[in-house]
Amino acid sequence: MITVENLTKRYGAQRAVDDVSFTCEPGTVTGFLGPNGAGKSTTMRMICGLTPPTSGSATVSGVPYRRLGNPGRHVGVLLDASAQHAGRTGRETLALAAMTMGLDTARVPERLARVGLNATAGKRRVRAYSLGMRQRLGLAYAMLGDPAVLILDEPANGLDPEGIFWMRGLLREFADRGGTVLLSSHLLREVEAVADRLVMIGGGRILTQGDKDVLLGAGGTVVRPEDPAAFDALLRRLDLTGSRSADGTVLVQSEPAPIARAAAATGVVLLEVRPAGVGGLEEMFLRLTGTTDPTEVTR
Amino acid sequence: MTTTTEPATTTPAAPATIATGRLPMARLTLVELRKLADTRAGFWLLVVIGLATAGTSAIILGWSADQEMTFEGFFAFGLLPSAVLLPVLGVLSVTSEWSQRTALSTFTLVPTRGRVLIAKVTAGVLIAVAATVATAALSAVANVLGRALGGDGAWHLDASLLWQGLLLQVIFVLMGIGFGALLLSTPLAIVLYFALPMVWTILGEMIKGLHTAAGWLDLNVTTAPLSEADMTGNEYARLAVAAAVWVLVPLVAGTVRVLRREVT
Repeated sequence: MITVENLTKRYGAQRAVDDVSFTCEPGTVTGFLGPNGAGKSTTMRMICGLTPPTSGSATVSGVPYRRLGNPGRHVGVLLDASAQHAGRTGRETLALAAMTMGLDTARVPERLARVGLNATAGKRRVRAYSLGMRQRLGLAYAMLGDPAVLILDEPANGLDPEGIFWMRGLLREFADRGGTVLLSSHLLREVEAVADRLVMIGGGRILTQGDKDVLLGAGGTVVRPEDPAAFDALLRRLDLTGSRSADGTVLVQSEPAPIARAAAATGVVLLEVRPAGVGGLEEMFLRLTGTTDPTEVTR
Repeated sequence: MTTTTEPATTTPAAPATIATGRLPMARLTLVELRKLADTRAGFWLLVVIGLATAGTSAIILGWSADQEMTFEGFFAFGLLPSAVLLPVLGVLSVTSEWSQRTALSTFTLVPTRGRVLIAKVTAGVLIAVAATVATAALSAVANVLGRALGGDGAWHLDASLLWQGLLLQVIFVLMGIGFGALLLSTPLAIVLYFALPMVWTILGEMIKGLHTAAGWLDLNVTTAPLSEADMTGNEYARLAVAAAVWVLVPLVAGTVRVLRREVT
């Protein structure tokens, strides 16, 4: 469980994060979405007590992060996979974390294997790791203390498609066992496959948040009518507008149900009716975040 | 790297029992001690200190007059390499957290940053003790060898020299940690650690008006009596003042900086 209440961070006159509130429930994966410089990382650092907020607060499992007795046993954090000592081996990196948390270092080889790093990789220094291997090491590091909560900043960066698929399975299973996951990304499609909830942020402010399915539904409905002219007439009666695609489908800004009902009542034949889904959400994402002037992006 | 990417039987989400107890200080100290030696830089620095200490004995055995081959002689000279190089390890123990950005993972596992710093200071003191003990052991071996080569081989070591030697090590290691915490940059901290006291010593010698001040504030001057048996109260007072300026002030200011600094 993660609770974020009115978090704000100002750097001089600039508001990097502006009045951000959301909660992440146990058993769910929350996708934290926004373009580069939207304030995702700053928000996550404030949750983890690394950056003091200008105002507002955040708790993990009901406790401010800095008051957690042994945080590693409650929260797994991966904010930057490159932030490991280049001169330490992968195995040593995990061993130090295990020691700090009071865990047996004997679990380290097995944990490395779980994320796809074998004994040879574990003996190599992090300097020699690819970004993908560092992400895997970071995930093993975050999950080492068997936490109930995971906070991951762009964990799919540098992973190959197979690795991304694997990570989704890992996070899905973690949440299905009752874990809480907060996962950030600047790529909607990356998060869409695994998230239950979405929080969209742009220019430091929350743009929209809610259940993924609801947000996906809000993207509109794709309709393939048998007779386009009859369907246009129907839309006019419903006071809706549709945009026609080259493939003969029409995107309507509405829920599927009212369109289907009206079509059935008036005898207009529809060959296909479905939520616009991720395409519609992506459009919304770009529309919502498009207002951010790219020159203002600072990180 | 292999591709054993089975959708793993992964971490069961632990029940959210929030332990309010803090991580024990002994454990944090042990972790910090291990961090001193588990990187390539740290490991080789320790190897070099060991070799250089052995080298001091070799120099005495090879080139000194027979009557200088005493346990005390080996010990006094043997302390030099660690006194010079251990502080670099102290600098690295703090600065590497920022230059290698491990502060991110260190402080997410131990959010009470002050305790991490206390652990680093304790680890620094312990490594200074270890270095002094190791030097004594090495000096004993060298003294036995010296006897065989016809050296004096006297075993007498004034107890005060042992403590004073240890104090010397501790002061310089802590000064290194203090400079590291204050500057949070490896090259800057190492350069200033060596350069600033040297500049001060040169100024103190050149400028007449600074003689008195240097007698109290120049660490190179005030630590010199540590190598002579039975330091006087006045000498200790001078050392305390100089150590306050060069060790305590950087440590305190550095702690404030580390506590306040945003970790990115």
